[in-house]
Amino acid sequence: MIRIENLTKKFSGSETIKTTDLEIRAGEIFTFIGPSGSGKTTLLRLIDLLDRPTTGTIRFDGQDTGGNEDERLAFRRRMAMVFQKPAVLNTSVAENVSFGLKFRGVPDEEMQKRVSAALGLVGLADFASRRAVTLSGGEMQRVALARAIVTEPEVLLLDEPTANLDPVSSDLIENLIRRINRTFKTTIIMSTHDMLQGQRLADRIGVVMNGRLVQVGTAEEIFYQPAGREIAHFVGIDAITGGVVTENTGGHALIRVKDLCFEALTKLPAGQQVIMYIRPEEVTVSPAGSLSARTSVRNQLTGRITKMVPSGPFIRMNIDCGIPITALITRRSCTELGLGAGTMVVAGVKATAVHVLPNEG
Amino acid sequence: MWGNKELDEITQGIAEAFNLIVTLNPDMLEIAALSLYISLAATLLATLIAIPVGALIHFNEFRGKRLLLIAIQTLYSVPTVVVGLVIYLLISKSGPLGMFGLLFTPSGMILGQTVLIVPIITGLVISALSGIDRSINDTLVSLGATHLQKVAEIIREARFAILSAVVLGFGRAIAEVGVAMMIGGNIRGHTRVLTTAITLETGMGGFGMSIALGIILLIVALIVVIALNIITAGLTDDMQKIAGGSRG
Repeated sequence: MIRIENLTKKFSGSETIKTTDLEIRAGEIFTFIGPSGSGKTTLLRLIDLLDRPTTGTIRFDGQDTGGNEDERLAFRRRMAMVFQKPAVLNTSVAENVSFGLKFRGVPDEEMQKRVSAALGLVGLADFASRRAVTLSGGEMQRVALARAIVTEPEVLLLDEPTANLDPVSSDLIENLIRRINRTFKTTIIMSTHDMLQGQRLADRIGVVMNGRLVQVGTAEEIFYQPAGREIAHFVGIDAITGGVVTENTGGHALIRVKDLCFEALTKLPAGQQVIMYIRPEEVTVSPAGSLSARTSVRNQLTGRITKMVPSGPFIRMNIDCGIPITALITRRSCTELGLGAGTMVVAGVKATAVHVLPNEG
Repeated sequence: MWGNKELDEITQGIAEAFNLIVTLNPDMLEIAALSLYISLAATLLATLIAIPVGALIHFNEFRGKRLLLIAIQTLYSVPTVVVGLVIYLLISKSGPLGMFGLLFTPSGMILGQTVLIVPIITGLVISALSGIDRSINDTLVSLGATHLQKVAEIIREARFAILSAVVLGFGRAIAEVGVAMMIGGNIRGHTRVLTTAITLETGMGGFGMSIALGIILLIVALIVVIALNIITAGLTDDMQKIAGGSRG
């Protein structure tokens, strides 16, 4: 659907987008995740042809979009974009939604029908004659969504569509995005700094860091097999550095870190220096010496809890096993097991839960 | 401290104004109507020039844009007599536009007042357009607007601020005396307007009549401002009616 080749964008000398290549498939929900200021918005603006790239091309259905303004307008009219802070014009909700149709010269009668349908879809049918500037943030975001889909775009771009919204409004918008994608087969390209949202909605995720697209893959791949230390850190995984593969038998490897030995699945050969990544929720914790500590889990590390930080219904704990291990367990199990800072525990990690990457630093 | 004489004259002036207004004095009506006609025509002409020129300056980047903006803002305070003098030289019999015979005519006064208020309306139109958030621009472009469609919508979005610019321009036109006097010549029944009449009456010691004319000038301004506000509110209402019509 959209093919990006060698794309860069410079703003007053500094490179906001560094060489980027990407193919977005028709009908998928593709999400850019990355920290604030990493270049997600710039990428979306380039794809919507609002800005011109410094170098590189963006192809829409195989056609180059780098032509004159008239050609770019024709491509732009096959897309629609919802901005992070939706801007509404000082007029009625219905007229705000009708702009795209008006610009395309759609006759009045058809315009009114389509505006009503779009407002119905976002649940704002009764708001047609309200002044748009008096709406709440969530309502404005829905107006912006209705305004974008009323033109039946082939590609819908959404920049942080739920940032600054309360959880209920966010949920509503997420459901709408899913519905639009399924009902109209609209290709959706969105950005978010909320990784979980990316995970919930996206067919594929692209991680953007410092203006570079550093990894593209399914949520599973990004969250469990991050392609580097920075990405791992961003998706909430601490790295265990200083490992060396000591033995590898058909992909089943032994990795030594200090005086500890891990079992993991990797093709990296013996002698290779590695970094290991373990998702905190994959780490089981039980008090040292208890029955539950004796399990079939291959990697068992004994250590002392050094820090416990509540995170919603979970507790994130740091365990010093000679190397630092982070675990995420529910508050309830934490209370049941009587865990607290200073408790000696056994941290268990399955061999399959250890993601191993070569240490190139 | 004011003496009794002055106080008497003010009281008399107010009484006379009341009398002139209530009896719809034909001389006064004629002067007020001509004032209104000339200043409204000048405002309309100036607005028709200022909105496109202001938009052209706002939506384009070019060398010397800042200098041009400073020049326009400087012209806000150009003395009316200077404009009067320049236009006088241009339209007097031996001037380059002498063949049109505009000197000492209402048309000449309209021309002069237009020249006087084009800078102020243009400058304020530019600030009105600059006041529209950049995100509105992006939204319109991403919704598929052509350049012209975008410009039209942004002008409409700035309509209230543009209305203020027009009202201010009208205010400057109807209140000025330099152009009206130098170009019009204060000819009774032909080019005499409220401000030139006030000048003349005051010179002849007719303070009562002057105060009366001053009050009438303010009333005329009030009526115009109310009318302009109703028109703008009407535009908004119309839009809401259209929007209301699209309810399912």
